[in-house]
Order: sequence, then structure tokens, then C-alpha cells
Amino acid sequence: MQQIYPDEHGRYGDYGGKYVPETLMYALEELEEAFNAAWEDESFHEEYQDILREYAGRETPLTFAGHLTEHLGGAEIYLKREDLLHTGAHKLNNAIGQVLLARRMGKSKIVAETGAGQHGVATATVCAKFGLECKVFMGEEDMERQELNVFRMELLGAEVLPASSGNKTLKDATNEAIRYWVTNVEDTFYLIGSVVGPHPYPMIVRNYQRIIGDETKRQMQTRCGSLPDAIAACVGGGSNAIGMFYPFLQDDVKLYGAEAAGMGVHTAMHAATISKGTRGVIHGSLTYLIQDENGQIIEPYSISAGLDYPGIGPEHAHLAESGRVEYTGVTDEEALEALSLLTKKEGILPAIETSHALYLAFEKAKQMDRSERIVICLSGRGDKDVETIRRRMEGESSDE
Amino acid sequence: MNKATNVLTVEEAAAQASYPLFVPFIMAGDPHEEATISIALSLQEAGAHILELGIPYSDPLADGPLLQRSAQRALKGGMSLKGALRMIRTMRERGLTIPVVVFSYVNPVLRMGEETFVKEAASAGANGVLIPDLPMEESSFISEVAREKGLSVISLVAPTSAHRIEKIASQAQGFLYCVSSLGVTGTRDAFPDEAYAFIRKVKEASTVPVAVGFGISNRRQVELLDGVSDGIVVGSAIMKIVEEQQEALVSAEKTEREQALNEIKTFVSTLISS
Repeated sequence: MQQIYPDEHGRYGDYGGKYVPETLMYALEELEEAFNAAWEDESFHEEYQDILREYAGRETPLTFAGHLTEHLGGAEIYLKREDLLHTGAHKLNNAIGQVLLARRMGKSKIVAETGAGQHGVATATVCAKFGLECKVFMGEEDMERQELNVFRMELLGAEVLPASSGNKTLKDATNEAIRYWVTNVEDTFYLIGSVVGPHPYPMIVRNYQRIIGDETKRQMQTRCGSLPDAIAACVGGGSNAIGMFYPFLQDDVKLYGAEAAGMGVHTAMHAATISKGTRGVIHGSLTYLIQDENGQIIEPYSISAGLDYPGIGPEHAHLAESGRVEYTGVTDEEALEALSLLTKKEGILPAIETSHALYLAFEKAKQMDRSERIVICLSGRGDKDVETIRRRMEGESSDE
Repeated sequence: MNKATNVLTVEEAAAQASYPLFVPFIMAGDPHEEATISIALSLQEAGAHILELGIPYSDPLADGPLLQRSAQRALKGGMSLKGALRMIRTMRERGLTIPVVVFSYVNPVLRMGEETFVKEAASAGANGVLIPDLPMEESSFISEVAREKGLSVISLVAPTSAHRIEKIASQAQGFLYCVSSLGVTGTRDAFPDEAYAFIRKVKEASTVPVAVGFGISNRRQVELLDGVSDGIVVGSAIMKIVEEQQEALVSAEKTEREQALNEIKTFVSTLISS
């Protein structure tokens, strides 16, 4: 039996903790207390489950990808369809959970960060539903890359604020959201989008995302009468992956995490935190991050805005170190190849983020026996990426 | 007092100063290493009791736009934690005798290794460390190694610290850094009314002098804090002058450099002279 994390110091093995300015410490204590009280309160779970069912569209299906399985000739491939969740990605599970928590705490203002805009859209959506004031920080560069998501958030009544420091991407948006929170901590709830940040955030987000793994376990038992042999998920901060993996940590199931290798881990253009990072603190948590020899954070790169982050959740750092989960880098090109294959063989257009997990899972499936089964967390749909994919494909064909 | 030199410890300097205990913050390497050394010496001349030397960091969560820009300039010039510690050595050689507190975010310190950092800082001539993103829950290891090397670990207390105030105050060394109001660093015209009650509460709990920081930029604020706190920490207001004078500070003309340094000294004297 493995130890249950986090421990009382908010640690996952060596990783995690609370590395934040003193101004935020009391707010984190309050948050932890409120979360623990809610998590033990049956009425909270009832309300959460009701909204997930009636508003978000849970449970999401488990789809057998028959045509693709036949094409690859290895293990049976199953897809956990978070892409069919309202707003198109797993992010909503967490946004709903945290908004309910904010309401319980009597906070009426929400601030969040977003990379590609998926977490921002999910947060703006839930704030619209519950009538909360919503501010979303987004890197200026990402605002340009994901113009439509900016408009979508504004349509939902959120205020989108540009983060103009650094590379103007997710890391910088997170910095600005935290700075805003430090200034407005008394009436504002910080709704973080991944299993990153100071304790108790990685624990809160994991607990609101574990429904992905819990459902998968049940669905595999019902459909196949057994657990899968392997599971794959993509990892930026790592919320869909931890949500999928967590219920399986004690089981005899191989777990694979795909991180963004960008142009390749041998280049400087990647976001492969586990493969190429070292130990350090980012956004309040001790974990792995991409940094130079002086401890300055290096700007990451990935085609996918959602994986374009120089850190990773502390629980992933622990799972990598203990060897329970195997993390592998997948390049832009490999992800797009998998995206194309899934779209053609199954009629499902996945997000570019998700496509990193698809590539890794396809490689694993080919080496597995036909009697084995692998589940992929299909964390989001690719509609938001159509323009990026089109530009990339046209760019490539005109180069030839 | 340090036997080898005539440098006071942070404790001694803080305890001996009459109001206001003046702790200026400057960013190492902004606009250039040589300029930082000259600014430090000018601040000493202008009456600084303790120098807070900032280590530039790529992601300074507790800082407003002004100090973010300052850190970016310093990083672009190649400044690092190692470089800043080397610079303290030079400052000492050039006659800086006030205690120096190294202000660094935790990541560069972890990258160097907490023990190595403390050892090198002490040997370079630093007297204290302040790590803004290392609350008391995470600081026991570095506090222990710092104590062994005779470095003070400066603690921060914030308006939201609530029940934490007493525990933090009881562990405070050197002086207690009291954050005036919520938010990031940067100049503010005035403090909210409730700030004074909060500072009084901190003062009551503290066994070491209390210095108020975040937003101090004018004489009026310093007057209002007289009798409430023991001193002030001033960062953004000084670095604002450094930003305005960045070209003059690295000018080939000595007179231009001196004029820029005089701007800083004049500001300090309007701030703290009675």
C-alpha cells in the first residue's frame, strides 16, 4: 500500500509545499479548511454531482476505437471522452468544483489564469451560471493565438486581462493572476486551472478531476470485466493526467504521461519538464521545472498553448521519481500525426494537447498484445485548434 | 560587531538606529554592476542603516511592474545570485560598512543549494537573508544553517497574517519587515487607515525593531509612521530614480554619474532627514 499524498505539509514525497509571500498564507489556510469541510460534507458532493450530470454532461462515454485498433494491430484502444464535456474539455470538472467552494466561502469574485483559453472559458462559463464576477489573465501572445477563445470568454461576461511580462504566455498569466490575488485576497477566490501552485491547490484540483479515473474504472469493469492494462494522458501542469491516474495508482495498471517535446528534447524548443527539467520552485510549489544554472526560469515552447508551461504538478514530480508513472516527450510533429490518424480513423478531432497522449499511446499499443487494453484520456476536442492545424498543414505542404 | 571589520550585524544596526531605521532596497546589476556599487555607497552616505540587495529573478511574484522591469534589465546584463554575492565583496572593499541583507526569491537559492548559498553569502560579507516566498512553514532548514553562519533571517508579516503575527514575530531576527498593505511592491500615495492599527499590533508582538515596507515614497508617510513603526524599507521609489537615471548612471562622464547619484541622495534626505 502506497502512502496517501499530500502529507500534512502539503507534500508529495519531497515535492509540493507552500512557497508564497506571507500575504497569501492565511488565504491558503482558509482555503484548505473550507475544502476539507466541503469534501466531508455529503450535501456538497450531491450539489457537485447534480451539476456535473445536468449541466456538464457527465458521465462522459468510454469509446472503443475499433477501426483504429484494427489499423494499429496491437492492444484494444479505448477513449475516455472528456472532449464531450460541456465547453469541450476536462477543465470544467475543476471549474465547477472550485466555484462551488468559492460560494461556500462567501467569495463573489473569481480570478483565473489561462493558456489556450480552455480553463478561462470553463471558468467564465461557471461564473456566468452562478452570477459571479470573473477576471481571466491571459498572456498577450496567447490572446493573439487564441483570439476566438478571448471573444468567447467576453461573451460569457468575463473580463480578459492581458499579461504582458515574459513570453506573454501561460507562465506569465499565472504570475499576473497571483499578483492580482495578493492585492485582492480578501474578497477574491483564485481559481487555478491545473494541479500546480501552492498547497492545497494541487490536492483540490486532483480531487475535482479524479472523477475521470473513477468513471473509467467503473466503465472498464462494466464493459470488459477488468481494469485496463495501460493508461495514457497528456501532461502540461497535469490535471487531466492526475485525474485519470489517481484512482489507478494502487492497481496493476501501467501509467504513461506524454509531455510536450516541441521541436525535440535535443533542442531548446520544448516544454518537457520531467525529461529535461530540474528541481525547483515555480508558482508556489517545489517540483520539476525548466531553468538555467542560476535558477532563472526558461521560457518553454510547444505548439499547444495548453502544454506550454515550464513546470509540472508536484504530484507528477513525485510519481516520476518513484517510477510509478513513465513520462515521455512527444514532439509537435508526432502529436499532429496522431491527431490526423484519430480524425481519419474514428471521426474524432482531438485537441493538440490530447494528441501528445494519443501518439504515445499508439506507440505503446503497437507493442502490446491484441488481448490487452489501453485507455487514453481524450482530454479535449480540437475545434479550437483548427486554425493552427490548417496553417501548419498548409505551411508544410508549401515547403515541399 | 564583526571582528574582522567594522561591520555591524543586522541586529546591532537595527537596534542602534533612531527613527527612522532606514533600509533601502536596490536591485543588483540594475543598470550595471558598477552603478549598483556606487548607489550602495551613496545610500550609506545618505544615512542608510541596512542595505537590502535584491537578486534579479525571472518571475518575481511579489513585485509590481517597476521592480519587474528592474530585474529584467539586471538579468539582461548577466546578473545572477553568484554575481551579486561577488559584488558584496567588492562593496566591502570599497568601504561599505552597513549590514547587507540579500533579498532573493527562493528558486535561485535552491538552485545554488541552501547551504552553499548561506556559506558563500556569509563569506562575501552579507549579514542577512530575506526570501519573500519562503514563509515560516518552509524556512526551518535555511534558518538553521543561517544561524550557524551568523546570518539573520528576516521575516515578513502581512495585513492578512492574522493569527500568524505572534508566531512570526516571536521568531523574528534583526528586524521584522511589516508589509504595509495588500498587493505587490510599488509606490502608493497613502496607506489605508487600518494599516496603522495593524502596524501597532505587529510592534506590540515584536521583540525586534519593526520596519514598514511596500509603497513608501514620500516624507508625509514617514512622518505618519513616526511613533508607530521603528523604520522604513524603501525599494520602488529608489529604483524609479535608478530607472529614470539609467543612462546617466553608466555614463562615461564622471560628473553625469555623480549627478545621478545625487538625485538618489537628495530623495533620501527629503525622505528621512528631520
